Amino acid sequence: MTSVPGLVAQFAVLALAVLLAPMLTGWVNQCRAWLQNRSGPGLLQPYRVLDKLFSKEVVLAHNASPLFRGAPYLIFGCLALAAAIVPKIGTDLPLNAAADAIALVGLLALARLFIALAGMDVGTAFGTLGARREMLVGFLAEPALLMVLFTASLISGSTSLATIVEVLAHKEFVIYPSLAFAGVAFTMVSLAENARIPVDNPATHLELTMIHEAMVLEYSGRHLALIEWAASLKLFVYSCIGLALFFPFGVAQRGDWLGLLLALPVLGLKLAVGGFLLALIETLSAKMRIFRAPEFLATAFLLAVLAMLLHVLLGG
Amino acid sequence: MLQHYGPQLVNLFAAVLLLLSFAMLSQRRILSLINLYAAQGFVLFLSTALVAWLTGQHHLYGSAALTLALKVIALPWILHFLIRRLNVKWDVETLINIPTTMLVGIVLVILAFNLALPISQLAGTVTHSTFGIALASVLLSFLMMITRSKAVPQVIGFLSMENGLFFAATGAVYGMPMVIEFGVALDVLVGALILGIFVFQIRERFDSVDTRHLEKLKEH
Amino acid sequence: MEPGPLHATLAAAAAWLVIGAAGLIRPRNLALSSRFLFPAGAVVGLALAAAALEGVFSAPHSLVLPLGLPDLPFHARTDALSSFFLLLLGAVAVGVSLFACGYLRPGEGTPPGLQCLYYHVFLASMALVLVADDAYFFMVAWETMALASFFLVTSDHQHAEIRRAGYLYLLIAHVGAIAILLCFGALQAGTGDYTFDNMRAVQPSAGYATAAFLLALVGFGAKAGIVPLHVWLPEAHPAAPSPVSALMSAVMLKTAVYGMLRVTLDLIDQPLWWWGVIALALGLVSALGGIVFAAVQTDMKRLLAYSSIENIGLIFAGFGLTLIFRGFGMGALAALALTATLYHCLNHAFFKSLLFLCTGSVLHATRERSLGKLGGLIHRMPWVAWCALIGSVAIAGLPPLNGFVSEWLLLQAFLLSPGLPQSYLNMLVPVAAAVVALTAALSGYVMVKFYGVVFLGQPREPKLAEARDAGAWERTGLAWLAAMCIVLGLVPATVIGLLDPITRALTGHGMASLAQGWLFLAPLQPERASYSPLLFFAVTALLVALTWLAVRAFYHGRMRRAAPWDCGFPFQDARMQDTAEGFGQPVRHVFEPFFRIEQHVPSPLDARPSYREVHEDRLWYWLYLPVARAAEYATSLVTLLQRGRISVYLTYSFATLLVLLLFVG
Repeated sequence: MTSVPGLVAQFAVLALAVLLAPMLTGWVNQCRAWLQNRSGPGLLQPYRVLDKLFSKEVVLAHNASPLFRGAPYLIFGCLALAAAIVPKIGTDLPLNAAADAIALVGLLALARLFIALAGMDVGTAFGTLGARREMLVGFLAEPALLMVLFTASLISGSTSLATIVEVLAHKEFVIYPSLAFAGVAFTMVSLAENARIPVDNPATHLELTMIHEAMVLEYSGRHLALIEWAASLKLFVYSCIGLALFFPFGVAQRGDWLGLLLALPVLGLKLAVGGFLLALIETLSAKMRIFRAPEFLATAFLLAVLAMLLHVLLGG
Repeated sequence: MLQHYGPQLVNLFAAVLLLLSFAMLSQRRILSLINLYAAQGFVLFLSTALVAWLTGQHHLYGSAALTLALKVIALPWILHFLIRRLNVKWDVETLINIPTTMLVGIVLVILAFNLALPISQLAGTVTHSTFGIALASVLLSFLMMITRSKAVPQVIGFLSMENGLFFAATGAVYGMPMVIEFGVALDVLVGALILGIFVFQIRERFDSVDTRHLEKLKEH
Repeated sequence: MEPGPLHATLAAAAAWLVIGAAGLIRPRNLALSSRFLFPAGAVVGLALAAAALEGVFSAPHSLVLPLGLPDLPFHARTDALSSFFLLLLGAVAVGVSLFACGYLRPGEGTPPGLQCLYYHVFLASMALVLVADDAYFFMVAWETMALASFFLVTSDHQHAEIRRAGYLYLLIAHVGAIAILLCFGALQAGTGDYTFDNMRAVQPSAGYATAAFLLALVGFGAKAGIVPLHVWLPEAHPAAPSPVSALMSAVMLKTAVYGMLRVTLDLIDQPLWWWGVIALALGLVSALGGIVFAAVQTDMKRLLAYSSIENIGLIFAGFGLTLIFRGFGMGALAALALTATLYHCLNHAFFKSLLFLCTGSVLHATRERSLGKLGGLIHRMPWVAWCALIGSVAIAGLPPLNGFVSEWLLLQAFLLSPGLPQSYLNMLVPVAAAVVALTAALSGYVMVKFYGVVFLGQPREPKLAEARDAGAWERTGLAWLAAMCIVLGLVPATVIGLLDPITRALTGHGMASLAQGWLFLAPLQPERASYSPLLFFAVTALLVALTWLAVRAFYHGRMRRAAPWDCGFPFQDARMQDTAEGFGQPVRHVFEPFFRIEQHVPSPLDARPSYREVHEDRLWYWLYLPVARAAEYATSLVTLLQRGRISVYLTYSFATLLVLLLFVG
C-alpha cells in the first residue's frame, strides 16, 4: 500500500512545511508593514526570533508542573503531523490513511487543549484568562471547521483529505455554490483560530485585548520558540487547508513526478497571494470586543451548516 | 462553454443571494445594510442577464437593465440620502440576539427548501432548483423586518423581500410579463413612499425612528 | 449440558451475592471488607469479563432457573448483546472494586460491611438484568438494582440533602419501572406469556408496537438520564460515594441502554423509522443540555454527572440513527451507527468511572468537593492527576484515545449516508451532525475547566498542602481503567471485531473494516475514510522525541526557576486565578436561554460584599413542580374521605357490602 517514493514524499512535505511556516508569517507581517506605510522587519525575521529564543535559557515558575514543560513539544508535534497530512503539492501521502479530516480537526483540538491547560498551570490571572478565552474561541470555531470539511466531504464522498483534493482538483471543473458559503465560513474560522484581527491581535501584549498571548505569557526560551513555531505552523496548516479545499488547482496527482515539481512554485504563489489578502483583511478591519467573538464565530458555524444544507438541496 | 457552466453559475448566484440575505440578518450597521442591498441588486442583475442569454428571452434583458437602474443605483442612493437626513447612522438594535436570529433563519431555510422541492420538480426551467433559495430569501427578509426595531432596516427588509420574489420569478417561469413587473415595481414604489412618510412622521412625533415607541399609541 | 458463558454469569452473580452476605458477618470490621471481600469481588468481575468475552462469539444459550414462582420460573439467556454488556460490567467492576478497597473508610453513615452487601447485591442484580429472558425475572432484577443503588446513594444518610437526593432518585426510578412494566405488557400482545422468546415471535400491531417503544423510551430513558427525566442524575451521583457514582454512571446507565436496544431491535420485529427521529431528537437535546449545564457547575461531581447526561444523549442519538437507517432498510449504515453507539457505551464506562474515581481520591485527600476550593493538586497527587488527564483527554473526544473513536464512527454514520428518502430528514442529518460536533467541542471546554481548576494552578486553600496521593489499591484501580482507555483507543479495529456479532444479530449486517486488518479503521472503504490511532500515536511520539533531541543537540537544555510573571503587581495570590464560575461565563453568555439564573451582585455601597449565582434547570420549574403540585392537590382531594366520624366509616363498609351483594353475588 505504501511505497518508498510515497514515504520520501511524505517526509519531504513535512520538512518543507516545518521549515517554511515561519516564512509565511514573515511574509504576512511584511505585507502588513507595507500596507501601513512602514518598512517591515524582513521576510526572515521569524527565523531570527526563533534562533534568539532557542539560545536563551528557560525561566520556569516555581510551581510549573511537568505538563507545563512538556506541552510545547506535544503541541509542536501535533501541528507538525497536521502539516504532514494536508495535501499541498501532491495527494500521495501515506499518513493520510492514518488521519482523515475529522482526525485533523481532532489534532488541532488536542493542541488547543494542551496549550489551554499549560496556560492554567502556573495559576496566574493572565494564564487562566487566556485559557478561558482560547476555549471560548475554540468551542465555536472547531465545529465550524468540521462543518466546512464536511461540506467538502459530502461533495467528494469521502473524509480522507487526499480523496477530497483529488476529486476537487482533478474531476471536471464544477462550480459548487455550497463551497461559496463554506469559503466565507472558513475564512472567518481561520481568522479566529490563528489569532488575527478582528478576533485577536497577534502583536499586542495588553491583557484586555489578547487571547493567545495571554496563555503563553509564562513561557520563555526554547519552550516559547516551539510555541511560536507551532503558531506559524498553524497558520500554514490553515492556509493549506483553505487552498486544498477551495483552490486545489496545481496539486499533482498520484505518481506524477513532474507535477510534484511544478506544484511547488504554484503553492508558493498561492500562499503569497493568500498571505497578502490576510494582511489586507487585517489592515482593513478593527479588532472586535471580546464579547462579539461568540457572535462572529456563531455566524461562521451557522454559515457552515447552511453550506451543508445547500449541498443537500442543490446537489453541488 | 458558458452554455455548459450557465446553470451552475445561476446556482452560484442563488447561493450568493442567500449569503447576502443571511449577512443582512447578522449586520449591525445600517450603512452596511444598504451596501448589502445594493450588492443583492447587482447579483440579481447578473443572474437575470445570464438567464436571458441562456434562454434567449430578450425581455429579460430589459428587466435586468431596470434592476440595475433601480436597485443598484437609484434606491441605495435614496436610502443613503434618507439616513443622512434622519441622522440614523448608529448601530442597529435587534429584538432577539443575533445568534438566535440566525438559528431561526436556518430553520426557515430548511422549511423553505422542503416546501420548494415539489414545485421545483414541476418547473421545466434550467434553474428550477433555485426556487427554494428564492423562497428562503423572502422568508429571511420577512424575519429581518420582524426582528429589527428601527424603521429604516424594516424598509430595507421589505425591499429585499421584493428582490427574493423577483429572483423566484426569473428562476421558475423565466420572468414575469412586463405588465406584472411594472405593477410589482409600482407597488414597491408606493410602499416605499408610504414607509417614507411613516418614518418621517415617527421622527416628528417621537424624535426617534425606533418603532417600539409606537407602543405608546395604545389605548391604555 | 456443558458449562458455557451463561453458567459462568450465573455463577458470578451468585458469588457476588455470597460475598455481599459475608459482609454481614462483621459489619463494622473494615479489614474484612477491604482486604478480602472487595478484592474477591474484583476477581469475580474479571472472571465474568473473560466469560462474557467468550460469550460474544458463541451462539445464544438459554436456561430455565428453578427460582421464582411455581408457575413463573426465571428464564435466563446470554447472546452477543447481553455478553457485550456483561463484559462491560465485569471489566469496570474490576477497576472500581480494587479502588474501593483503598477507598473505604470507617466513619459515620453505613458501616463497611453493609456497604459491601449493598455493593455486591448491586453488581449481581445488574448481571441478572443483563441475562434475564422474561419480563418477571427482568423486573425483579431491575427493582433489586434500583433498591441496592438507593441504599448505596444514601450511605451518608445523616445529611438531609443526601436523603433528599436518594428520595428523588427512587421516585424517578419507580416511575420508569412502571413504564417498563407497561411496555412489557404491550409487547406480549395479549398472549399472557411474558417470556422474551414469545415476545420475539409475536407480531404486535403498529399501534401497540409504537406504544411499547414510547413506554420503553420513558422507562429506560428515566434510568439512563434522558431529558426531561434526568433531574435525579445531578443529585444522586454527587450524593453517593465515589466508587458508587462511578459504577452507577458507568454501568447502571448502560443497563438502561441495553434495555432500550433489547426491546426495540430484538423484541420488536419491525422498528419504524420515525421512532428513530424521536430518539435522535431527545438524544441531541440531552447531549447539548447536559454539556451546557456541566460548563457552569461549581461542584466537581455534579459536573461529571451532567457530562454523563451528555454522553448518554450521544448514545441515544446514535441509537436513533440506527433505527432510522434500519427503518429505511439501509443495513450497512445501521450497523455502522450501532457500532458507534455500542463503542461509545464501552468508552464512556471506562473514562467516566476513571474520572469519578479520581474525584473520589481528591475528595478523600482534601475533603472538598467544590471547585472553588481546590487547585494545584498535580504536585501533591501526581498519580491521580495523570490518570485524570488520560480520562479528561478521552472524554473530550481527542485522538488517539478511545473517546475519539466512537465520535469518529458516529460522525461517519452521519456523513456517509447516501440520502434518505424523506427530504426533511435528509436536511436534518447535517444539522444533527453539527449539534454532535458542537457538543464534542463543548466537552473539551468542560474538561479544560475541570482539569485546570482541580489539578493545575495554585492551591486555593492552604489546607490543600496536606493532601496525600492515592494509596496502592486505589492506584491499581485507576491504572486498570486508564489502561483500558488507552487500549480501546489504540486498537479500534479489534474492538469492532468484537462488536461484529452483535450488529449482525441486530441489524443483519456487519462492518467491512475487518478486512483491512488490525492497524487501520476503515468502516467502508479506505479511500472513503480511514484512521489509524497506532500510527497517529507513533508518529506524534516520534516527532516529539525528535524535536526534543534536536533542540538539545543544536542548542542547550538549561533552565532556572523564578517567580511567576506578575506584571509589576507583586500581591498575586491564589484567589486571582479563574474560578469555576468565571470559566463557565462564556458558555453562560452564549447559551443564556437554557438556564434559570438567580444572581445576587453586591452594590458598591456594601460593607461586606458577597456574590451569589445559582443556576437551575428550567425543566424543574416547568415540569416537575407543576406535576408535584398537581399530585399534592389530587391526593389532598382523597382526604375528603376522611371525616373522623365513626358513622361515616361504617357507612363505607356498609356501602361496599351492598355493592358486593348486588353486583357480584
